[in-house]
Amino acid sequence: MSIEALLLSLRLALTVAVVLLVVAMPLAYWLAFTRWRGKFLLESIVALPLVLPPTVLGFYALMAMGPRGVLGKLWSAMFGHPLAFTFSGLVIASLFYSLPFAVQPLVASFESLDRRLLEASAILGASGLRSFHRIVLPLSWPGVITALVLSFAHTLGEFGVVLMVGGNLPGITRTISIDIYDRTQALDYAGAHQTALLLLLVSFVVLSIVYGINRRVWSPWPHR
Amino acid sequence: MAAPLETAALSVEMRKRLSAFELEIQHQFPPGFTVVFGPSGAGKSTLLDCIAGLARPDAGRIELGAATFFDGAQSVSLPPQKRQVGYVFQSLALFPHLSVEENVRYGLGTIGEEERRRRVDQVLQAFHIEKLSERKPAQLSGGEKQRVALARSLVTQPRLLLLDEPLTGLDGGLRQSILQDLREWNDARRIPILYVTHNRDEVDAIGERIITIENGRLGKSGAPRSVLDAPQTVALAQAAGFENLLEARVLERREDDGVMRVALEEGGAELEIPLGSAQPGERVKVAIRAGDILLAIEEPGGLSARNVCQGIVESVESRGAIAVLRVRAGSRFIVHVTPGARRALQLVAAKPVWLVVKTHSCHLVTQR
Repeated sequence: MSIEALLLSLRLALTVAVVLLVVAMPLAYWLAFTRWRGKFLLESIVALPLVLPPTVLGFYALMAMGPRGVLGKLWSAMFGHPLAFTFSGLVIASLFYSLPFAVQPLVASFESLDRRLLEASAILGASGLRSFHRIVLPLSWPGVITALVLSFAHTLGEFGVVLMVGGNLPGITRTISIDIYDRTQALDYAGAHQTALLLLLVSFVVLSIVYGINRRVWSPWPHR
Repeated sequence: MAAPLETAALSVEMRKRLSAFELEIQHQFPPGFTVVFGPSGAGKSTLLDCIAGLARPDAGRIELGAATFFDGAQSVSLPPQKRQVGYVFQSLALFPHLSVEENVRYGLGTIGEEERRRRVDQVLQAFHIEKLSERKPAQLSGGEKQRVALARSLVTQPRLLLLDEPLTGLDGGLRQSILQDLREWNDARRIPILYVTHNRDEVDAIGERIITIENGRLGKSGAPRSVLDAPQTVALAQAAGFENLLEARVLERREDDGVMRVALEEGGAELEIPLGSAQPGERVKVAIRAGDILLAIEEPGGLSARNVCQGIVESVESRGAIAVLRVRAGSRFIVHVTPGARRALQLVAAKPVWLVVKTHSCHLVTQR
């Protein structure tokens, strides 16, 4: 098993989960409370990675991040080096890839809040921001934990997107799934199995945590 | 910072299209209690939401003293944060993750710590919940929750208080004691209090100015007795606690006596009721309170009451301090008597009885 690949994957998953929480929070809040009729369009875009083949997402991410892509040009201008095949590139592509896993639990959690609590808060003089921080967030923590854990787990195991935009640079973009793939290709089944089993266990523990906290937040299972 | 003596009246003139009807309200609410009474779905909560700024009227003006809350013509709509209104929802909406004290101080955001503590202590004492300050809402009884919700609204010294059935589900004694605390609090401040309810007991408990609302329109206003003892519609009669609503047909009008005679559709018994606008042959409904019917176990004579019908007791049932009888006298009548009267007259099922109803205990209800 490659410790280097495991650590890289953990670092990637943690970065993505944290950044995603910051990005997904306002987006989910807006989706949960807006009365705009066109919101289904944004919902579809957010949910796209759930049904899109990761290679498709990875392909377009690569196009955008390449030396001629919009993102790639911007990045080169700002930091003086290309974006594709770097850890940062991997993070940005993974943000899109795991977006629904952060947004959906948050939306579900915000939508289940009693609207009267927010109205009571407004009548008591609280601004939207204060209501969010004093009422919405404390009452939505199972959703926040779920979003964090699911986007972490989902990023941890990603393969297609990483392969497209990351390549296979040890210590930079060679993640644990790529490692498993490489070992299998090289007929190193014992090594592949060790890593695969570890990933399986991590995924199981992560889901146990989520459903242990609150199965209503995001679940393929019927409500109890 | 002492509260200024606020005596501004609330002036509402608004229209809002709802799914079933249009809410159209025009009224001045002076300082002190006004009960807004009407059946469920009459538009009561929407009216409060519009006043508080949680819903937006289609047109009109809402003003509290010199402050304009809403003006459709000028596109002015003050956000709820700026209206300085207290609003206690039917669900109370206490913040479940905050303690009683944190709930109560929630609305005192920008005030200095010392003043904040003084105000919170004062209101906790006024509503007798100072011992509960560390508890979470889930650890409170129904009445305690209602006290906390009132305290949380009033500690901000609102210029107007909106109450949406805040004391529903409490027994009479508890309700009276909370109302007493609320009255004492308001005696010093005199802000308008709109108390919305569809419960007749609460109207009697408050006993002040009342205005009816139905299908989005305000009806009669005045003292509770004068308004509720002459319900104009079936829904209001039911909400106002008329247990007997009888289908009848007008037989004749006696203009000189100020009465008319009607025959009940079921059983054909005849009743004399106060003169209304209905013409002979027209179908009407007659509302009679169960407590306004007298019972006799022998045929009574020499009475001033004009309506006496013979019937038979179908069932007797104890409900707290009253006995509820179902009596078949052509139509079925619900009659309330005291447990003592029930014993003295030996009222049991199958006993023959006479019902006695004064003309003016019968109320004509417009068909709707």
